[in-house]
This record gives sequence, C-alpha cells and structure tokens, in this order.
Amino acid sequence: MRVVIAEDSVLLREGLVGLLSRFGFDVVAAVGDAAALVTAVGETTPDLVVTDVRMPPGFTDEGLRAAVALRATHPGLAVVALSQYVQHSYASELLGSGQGRAIGYLLKDRVADVAEFADMLRRVAAGGTVVDPEVVRQLMLRGRDPLDHLSPREREVLALIAEGHSNAAIARILVLTEAGVGKHIGSLLAKLHLPVNDDTNRRVLAVLTYLRGQQ
Amino acid sequence: MTSTNTLLRAVVWPGFLRSAWPWRGLAYTATTALASGLLWLVLCGPLAPLVLAVEVLRTTGARSGQEAPLRWTGSYVLVAAVLGLVGVGLLVLVGPRLALVVAAVERWRLRLADDGPTSSRRRGSLYTDPATWRAVAYLLLLAVVAPVWLGVLALAGLLVVSTPFAVYHRAVGMAATGSAVGRAAWGLALIPVVLYLASAFGGAHAALARLLLCGEPDPAAAELVEVTRSRARLADAFDAERHRIERDLHDVAQQRLVSLTMQLGLARLDLPDDSPAAVAVASAHEHAKALMVELRDLIRGISPRTLRELGLRAAVEELAAGSPLPVRVDADPGRYTPAVETVALAAVSEALANAVKHAAATEVTVTARRSGDLVTVQVRDDGRGGADPSRGSGITGLADRAAAAGGRLLISSPPGGPTILRVELPCAS
Repeated sequence: MRVVIAEDSVLLREGLVGLLSRFGFDVVAAVGDAAALVTAVGETTPDLVVTDVRMPPGFTDEGLRAAVALRATHPGLAVVALSQYVQHSYASELLGSGQGRAIGYLLKDRVADVAEFADMLRRVAAGGTVVDPEVVRQLMLRGRDPLDHLSPREREVLALIAEGHSNAAIARILVLTEAGVGKHIGSLLAKLHLPVNDDTNRRVLAVLTYLRGQQ
Repeated sequence: MTSTNTLLRAVVWPGFLRSAWPWRGLAYTATTALASGLLWLVLCGPLAPLVLAVEVLRTTGARSGQEAPLRWTGSYVLVAAVLGLVGVGLLVLVGPRLALVVAAVERWRLRLADDGPTSSRRRGSLYTDPATWRAVAYLLLLAVVAPVWLGVLALAGLLVVSTPFAVYHRAVGMAATGSAVGRAAWGLALIPVVLYLASAFGGAHAALARLLLCGEPDPAAAELVEVTRSRARLADAFDAERHRIERDLHDVAQQRLVSLTMQLGLARLDLPDDSPAAVAVASAHEHAKALMVELRDLIRGISPRTLRELGLRAAVEELAAGSPLPVRVDADPGRYTPAVETVALAAVSEALANAVKHAAATEVTVTARRSGDLVTVQVRDDGRGGADPSRGSGITGLADRAAAAGGRLLISSPPGGPTILRVELPCAS
C-alpha cells in the first residue's frame, strides 16, 4: 500500500516512516509542509495520506486544509489526520468530506500503540471511518437525556461504532457473539431514534452527527 | 499625525480643498450663524428691560429741555432704574445658566470642526466655577464677535451666489460680452476664497470655543490612564511569555516525546514476551504514554491553543468537555482581543475548577454574551456556595487580571449556593 506522510517534526516524520515500513506499508514520500504534501500526492498517487493537522508556515490547520482539498481533487483518497489536541470543529470538517469514507481523525498519542495504529490506518485505507476514542469520549460526556437511557453495554457499543468498528470487530473486542452485537445495536439505535443501517460508515456518521447535536 | 485634527490646522494643508474639511467648515459656519441667531432670540428676554430703560432715559432727556415738570422727570428716572435693575438681575440669574447650556450645545457642535475629545469638568458651585465664567465669555463671543465675521462671509457668499443672475442680466441686457465673462470668472474664482474664508473664520471660532469650553485635562486622570495602560502592558507581556513557553514545549518536548513513545512501542514488538527486557521496555512505554497525556494537559493549562485559533466559545466548550461535571455552554461565537479572551477563559477555568473542588456542584452553566462594547461571561453552579474571595489566591488573581484588561470581576456565593462568578470586560468594536 502506497503512503505519503506529511509531518513537520523531522524526528516524528522519520519515526512514522520507520513504523509504517515495519508494518509493510510502502512509504513513497515523506514531506514537511502542506504545499509539499499536495505536490507529492500529485506526483505519486498514493492510496493513503497521513498528515499532521498543524504545519508550516502558519502552524494552525494547514495540513487539514490540504487534506480536505486533496479529498476534493482526488476522490477516494484515504486520509488520516493526526492532531496534538482534540478540536471538534476540525474533526467535523474532515469527517464531512467525501461522505466520511476512508477518513480518520486521530490524536498523535495513538502512534504510541504501534500495532493498533497500523491497524487503524489499514481500516481507513480500506474505506472505513476512524474517529479517535478521545473525541468520542468527549462527545458522549456532553450527551444528555437519551444517552442516559442506554445500558452500560450499549454505551460501550455506541463508542465502538463511533470509532468505526464493524459488527465483527465489536463482537471480538467485547467478547460477544456477532448476533448479540447486532441486538445491542438495534436496541440503542432505536433508543436514539437513529435509522437502522448495516453500512458501517453511514452508521458511524449517523452516530457522530447525533453526538455532535447533543452539545 | 501626532496632534488631533482641527479645522484651523486643516486650512493650511495643501490638500485642503480636496478633503472633507471645507464642507465641515461650511457646516460649522452655517450652524454658528444659526446658534448666534437663536442666542439673540433667547437674550431678548433679559435684554428687553434694559433696552426699555435706555429708551425711557432717552425720552426723558429729550423732554427735559422742554416744558416737562421736574417731578415727571424724577419718576421717569425711577422707572428706568427699576427696569435696569430687573434687566441686570435677570442677566446675572439667567446668564451663567444659559451660558452652560449653550456651552454644552457648542461642545457637541464643536465635533464638526475638531476631532479631539470635547469634555468638561465642573468644580465648585455655579458662580465660583471658572468654567462658568469662561462659558459666559464664550456667550459674548457668539453674540457679539460671531455676527461680525459672519457678516463679512455673507457678503462674499452673496457675490458667489449672485453670479448666475448677474451674468444672465449682463448677457441679456446687451452689455459688453467681456464684462459678463469677467463677472462669471470672478464669481467662480471666489468659490475657493469663500470656502477658505468660511473655514478660517469657523476654525478660529472653533479654536476659541475649545479654549473657553473644554477644560484643561486633569493631570491625575492622565496618570491613572498611564498606570492602567502599564498594567495592561504587563499582563500582555505575561500572556506573550506563556504563549512562547507553550510553543516551545509543543514544538520540541511534545514531538520528541511522541517519537520516543513510538520507538518504545516498536522496540516492544521485537522483544520476546517473556524476556526481562520486554518487561522493562513495556513499563517505560506505559510511563511515556502517561507522560504524553500529562504534558498535553500541562501545555493546555499554560496557553490554550484552541482559544487562540478558534476563539472563546470553542475553548469554553473544550473546557466543558474535559470537566467531570455536566456543563451547559451558551456562548456567542464572536472573537475578541487576545487579552479579553485570555482573561475570560481563565475565569471560566477557575470557576469550573472551584465548582468541582469546593462547591460539590452537580451542574454548571456557562454563558458568554456580548452587548455593545461589553463582554459578560458568567459561570453559575448549583453547589453549596460560601466561596470567599479573600481565602484563595485564584479569585483575587483573576480580579487583578480583569482589572488590568479594563474590566471587573463579580462574585456572589451565599452559603447554600448558588455560586455565580461574572466577569465584565470591555471590547471595542
């Protein structure tokens, strides 16, 4: 799988190159700013872009801007944005591009658990949606009334849906049968008045939209 | 431009005629004529007895040379004296008060001819305040001197305004064409002269008005402004320093730590699970991960990035999301100056922390509203109340920061609650 990395800290950029190579990704370019990222994507046509949100010259959201622009010019390009902090407006904007397919918004902390990080990148490259657990946790904290009616198990399932896991993956993580997970999902979607849907991505988006609407 | 602009200064500028000043000059002059006329109308009241007295004396003088009896003359003089006393009394009673009213109107009108501040101060009673007598002097200026230059200006203006009629008259009256053209040229040439004259006279009048009506600035007030500014500069310098520390920590320490943690994670992959090294590296990895979280919280406490990049509402929402209590946020989305945003967020942060630590609250509401030139941020919790600002340094420090930004901090926390902390900060639009 061909990957372009954009990260302005040299140390972290080299670290990411090492990590991805170790897990069998083919890193075709590693650049230090947003303009170079756009050029590199044009030249190498990668399957996946991993970019820092904050990059030179303004050190605000250049990486995010470039990612959103690239999603418009290269439909289907998978993008994972890495952020030092949870910033909900940035996360919303990114997830809103390309109907939320093949997109990820992660804290840089996730890099520490290398195998899990590589797994998340693969999920995004395969067209999935991955939202950082911290974002989901904060959104659920803001939740009000209807969330209170969920059972603890249903809340766990809701968080995993929002992080982009499939039914099978949720069953594995919570040590349940897939049919059991399906039952929980049906029940919690009904409680939140969300449409029942088998498409993981659309379900993730519905759940995120719901959580954001709760603030 | 270090000094403020006035009509009198503008007259000598090379670009005077192209600026808005000639029109401001005309407007000021025209309103001066209006003010002078109105003043005379009002002055008719106290002046009428005086005029009558003079008239009585005059007729008495004219008759005394003739056959009028002496007792008639005596009673005429008495009537004149009474009238004169009434007139002078009215002038003394009404004059200063009228002068102050006129002064207020004139200060307001002065803005046409002067960009500087037009304020006044009162000291002592009506008759002992020097400002009153300066206002009376201005009254005389407006009543006596202004009509003189207004008359001169009116003559020049009449020459300009009459130009079309005069030209028409000469052309139709079959007089020499030369004279009609000459008259037209003359009339046109007079336009800038009239503009200059109006602005020069108006400007001089305005300068005298400022001298007489706008009291000298209070030196103590000037010092106070300077102290406030210096305190605000100090607070700004602190904020800049915090910002720098935050950036350094983020750019260097945080990136290195993420990289280090990642390397430890990679190292764990290559170590056999049961080796002693694996246990040590796993422990180091967990420590590094915990440190990443702590460092991020520390940096956010020093200088909130969300605040700088996205503004107060986003930063308050972020604080609310991180609070263990349910926090309702109701904030306007607008941006304010960095100093105002920093103080406002610090207040919300302190209040939220207190609600958790001391008040045992179960719910908090944060509102941030702008009305006019004031931002009001209010945090209300349903805790046990009884917060004492003098006990902890948090609230007093906040009050100092609010004062340095030109605002104030109010706290209401009766025993039993609720606690309401409010910060009001000025925000010029």
